[in-house]
Amino acid sequence: MKKNQFEPYSNYLATMKKAGYVPRKEASQKDYDRIGFMSGLEVHQQLLTDKKLFCHCPAGIFHKDEEYDAEVIRHMRPTLSELGEYDGTALMEFKTKKEIVYRINNENACTYEVDDTPPFLINRQALDRALEITILSKFNVVGEVHITRKQYLDGSIPTGFQRTAILGVEGEIQLKNKKVRLIQLSIEEDSCREISDIGHRRVYKTDRLGMPLIETVTYPDMVNPDEVKEACDYIRFLNRSTGKVRTGMGAGRQDVNVSCKGGTRVEIKGVAHTKWIPELTHNECFRQWSLLLMRDELLSRVKSPEKWKIDYAFLDFDAFKITHPAIKDARDSGQKLVAVNLPNFKGILSWFDQPGIMFAEEIADRLKVIACIEKPNMVHTEMPQQIITPVDMEIIKMILDSDEEKDSVIVFWAPEEDVKTALETIEERCKMAFDGIPNETRKSFEDGTTMFERVLPGADRMYPDTDSMPIPLAPEHIDNLGKNLPTDVADRLSEFIKLGIPEDTYHYLLSKNLYPYVKLAIEELGVEPKSAGKLFGQHLKYVDGHFDAGDGFTYDKILELIKFLKDNDLHCPLGKKMLPELYQHPHMDFNSILTVINFKKRTKEELFAQIDFLAEKFNQEAINNTKKNKADWIMGHIRPMAEGNICLTELKSEIDNRI
Amino acid sequence: MDNTDFFQGYKGRSLEVLKKFSVRVWGQAEMNTTRGEFKGTILPRSSNDDDEHIVMKVITGYNIGIDINTIIDMKEVGYKKANYAIPEKQFPYTKGLPHVKLFGTGGTIASRLDYRTGAVIPAFSPGELYGAVPELADICNLDTEKIFAVFSENMGPAQYIELAKAIGREIEKGIDGIVIGHGTDTLHHTGAVLTFMCQNLPVPVVLVGSQRSSDRPSSDAALNLMHAMKTAGHSDIAEVQVCMFGPTSDEYGLLHKGTRVRKMHSSYRSTFRTIGDTPLAMVTREGITPIKKNYNKRRSDKNVVIKPFFSDKVTMVYYYTGMKPDVIDALVDAGYKGIVFVGTGLGHVNKEIYPAIKRAQAAGVHMYMTLQTIWGYVQMYVYDTGRDMMAMGIIPAGNMLPEVGYIKLSWALGQTDDHEEVKKLMLTPINDEITEREPYNGYLVYQGGVPEVEEFIKKVRK
Repeated sequence: MKKNQFEPYSNYLATMKKAGYVPRKEASQKDYDRIGFMSGLEVHQQLLTDKKLFCHCPAGIFHKDEEYDAEVIRHMRPTLSELGEYDGTALMEFKTKKEIVYRINNENACTYEVDDTPPFLINRQALDRALEITILSKFNVVGEVHITRKQYLDGSIPTGFQRTAILGVEGEIQLKNKKVRLIQLSIEEDSCREISDIGHRRVYKTDRLGMPLIETVTYPDMVNPDEVKEACDYIRFLNRSTGKVRTGMGAGRQDVNVSCKGGTRVEIKGVAHTKWIPELTHNECFRQWSLLLMRDELLSRVKSPEKWKIDYAFLDFDAFKITHPAIKDARDSGQKLVAVNLPNFKGILSWFDQPGIMFAEEIADRLKVIACIEKPNMVHTEMPQQIITPVDMEIIKMILDSDEEKDSVIVFWAPEEDVKTALETIEERCKMAFDGIPNETRKSFEDGTTMFERVLPGADRMYPDTDSMPIPLAPEHIDNLGKNLPTDVADRLSEFIKLGIPEDTYHYLLSKNLYPYVKLAIEELGVEPKSAGKLFGQHLKYVDGHFDAGDGFTYDKILELIKFLKDNDLHCPLGKKMLPELYQHPHMDFNSILTVINFKKRTKEELFAQIDFLAEKFNQEAINNTKKNKADWIMGHIRPMAEGNICLTELKSEIDNRI
Repeated sequence: MDNTDFFQGYKGRSLEVLKKFSVRVWGQAEMNTTRGEFKGTILPRSSNDDDEHIVMKVITGYNIGIDINTIIDMKEVGYKKANYAIPEKQFPYTKGLPHVKLFGTGGTIASRLDYRTGAVIPAFSPGELYGAVPELADICNLDTEKIFAVFSENMGPAQYIELAKAIGREIEKGIDGIVIGHGTDTLHHTGAVLTFMCQNLPVPVVLVGSQRSSDRPSSDAALNLMHAMKTAGHSDIAEVQVCMFGPTSDEYGLLHKGTRVRKMHSSYRSTFRTIGDTPLAMVTREGITPIKKNYNKRRSDKNVVIKPFFSDKVTMVYYYTGMKPDVIDALVDAGYKGIVFVGTGLGHVNKEIYPAIKRAQAAGVHMYMTLQTIWGYVQMYVYDTGRDMMAMGIIPAGNMLPEVGYIKLSWALGQTDDHEEVKKLMLTPINDEITEREPYNGYLVYQGGVPEVEEFIKKVRK
């Protein structure tokens, strides 16, 4: 009877191998071509404005989760779209029957945010800033802006829709080796920040809600994970190059769309850092590839998938010896225990999904999101470590009349009122496995894996905003905005290369929009390009990563510092030493900073005079008296005093000359 | 088929451009412009918008406008007319549930979008309502009738009379409750007029609207409808009442007497407030919790009395400092028979208009005083000015709300011209349009936090 013992973990590894999964570091373009990697981006960027987009609340004032003045409760219902269809996500969200709670702080939200006041006229400052980026991204600018409502039934916006409008279509950006086409750029209001989502209650705060945001959408032109990151960085750098966008945590976020050959566009939502993109897209593409192989396996087993259905039975908690804490809690809080048989699903639940994740998790995720049952919410017959004892499982299989050789079994627990949705959800997800990859959005994790978040919304959820009038964009206005634009990011990059600035500084220089400062340092203050690049791209980056900026620190201070050095005939490397102090204490005058770092002004002659004395000393003390050792030793002694006073290369050659 | 069907809402220059390139509304168009290429479906244009732009829906679902001056070339490559309808399902009959009649008058309670004007248009049938709010079928058996479709601000005497008669007919037929879907702007006017026109009601008559149209996910329409149906079908309160959100949250509704309710915010969901009293009751999907102890109880007879009278010779004068007598003179000369003053403080106007008031009195105009303070009673004995005005024939209307005063005087003058009879009708309350007492908690209750604030004012002396 036990001769062909089924090993879930071996099955997981076998199916992983079948998909040809390789870790990202070992993957080559050939691997991505084989599975047909395809990816596009939706890059969100908050604009730097004084006020929100459709009301007069200040933008960028945030509050802690517990600091709120009022709570408002809403429930969202799906509505018909302009073209007469209900949107898929809308129906799913309605099924979940969530109570949405909004926490409101009077400092940063008014009656508009909670949908008790109609929108005011669009914020012109925001619109113009967004238009500049539209022009910079080479989009075809629309003639008239139409505010549209994009439905969001998850509650992230209290109206149930986001006010958004397209400013341009069909743009492009130039990456290192290819052009990436852009679909559109829109201006929109930012959504609420989620505080918690437990059971049937989701809590949001409204501080970020309504802040102006732009979204740049690319075509799926990227064919490997690194390219996706490169494109994303480029768009973010471009946005920042205007100096009119917000920076810092959450100011820029991206959704990444991925599919494999024969797969489906899946959207990975809210990726906060571009450095996470490669791992996420890599795993998602392989997830899809593996699930397609799983589909083929299922179709070979089940001839008419449309007739496939689950069987289930309610179990009596008392009939089993329960040790699992979650199941105990379920029993003690009067929930139901339900066993579900999945015919012909043996080996499917443990099928490779993502690194460390098997297909069963897709079902558990949906139980959490759609049926509102917190995890852990189920156990099944293909877990690496069984929670239900083999004996109990035999009983359950008997109750379900489950086929040991062919079927697999899920046991879940839920409040009685959620059981129906849970059963529908399980059956729905399993049936989707016969079709391939469900259209969905997925939430990202730092380890590069994702989980189900929502059904992917379609164009069906767009409505015209009846509260707003169209806004014409006069040609003169567009021409004016086009006059004062920064240079292209691509041009900046090639200029850096031409100037001989080290490549490892580019990312920091562009992401902090330091190009204008580097240019000024070179052109106005006569700093040698390589040093300028290093000062901003390496030394400042180091300081930025190790110290907190003092109140009032701006990059202009660094230009002032360079000017001070120049005026006092001091040399650039001293700047590196002064930078940490300047960064932390931007109001300290430069002479005081020099005192703090123990700098003393010395002439070339004073410094050179020490060489002979030190050489003599070295001769007396040295064990291994070579010329190189001698020079290094002398250099090591004079260097701290020399830095800033004279050029170190000059010192070095003087030492070499004298000894 | 005439041209307007192909070019809905387009006019002038934009219409010419569409015709020139033979592109229709709902046609899939490819455009070449000086600002680049654009592809999408041509949408109807709101007739109030300019003739310089063409609207299209691009593949991602967004709408954009194209400046016609930038168009170099355009061609239609396909055609797909949108068909939008609320999915209609047969409203199920459930034995044992009360029968409720829903009258449609227009307004945003049940609506969809009109893409020509970009506006929200009213539309419903039991089937459409069931498609949109299936929970209604658990509350009652529903029958609907669209009496007329006007926006709330266009409701007037003709509609009031028609509505009152329709209510009478339904009660004759033995209905368990009536719900009237109504725009919110003048919901309280209709609440008052129906209280006067439909007396001795045996069943609830519930006026309901929504502050957010049902084309938006956060609409209050669905919950308001459920509350109204629950009230009409199950409540014991057989009065004309307004059912709208209590707090702005999706929590519970409040039932307000038609004579004491007022719209107090231009856009809040919880815009309706009972003035000078507490609301009648709270309502949730589970049931009704009375706040007032005394109310007219539901009966099984059909003895409603319909008094469909309304004079259109009544006006209201909102007093402002510096008002000139010629304003009153002009109204009298125009033949107005009744004036409801909305006075300052306890019920005052300035001396400068006294001659005009005297002239109006001589012309036999019926004059009543109500208050700008909204809360409180007219008290014209405190100051000489008040006594002077009473001597000139202005009758204090107690704590009757200004709009209710206007409605009631119109109703009274629709029946008689006799000053004594009119006065008797005006000052004899039919359903608390004038109350003898103002409860301590009427003004204080923040209506929307009823239990919480009751608890609070027990402890705090405010």
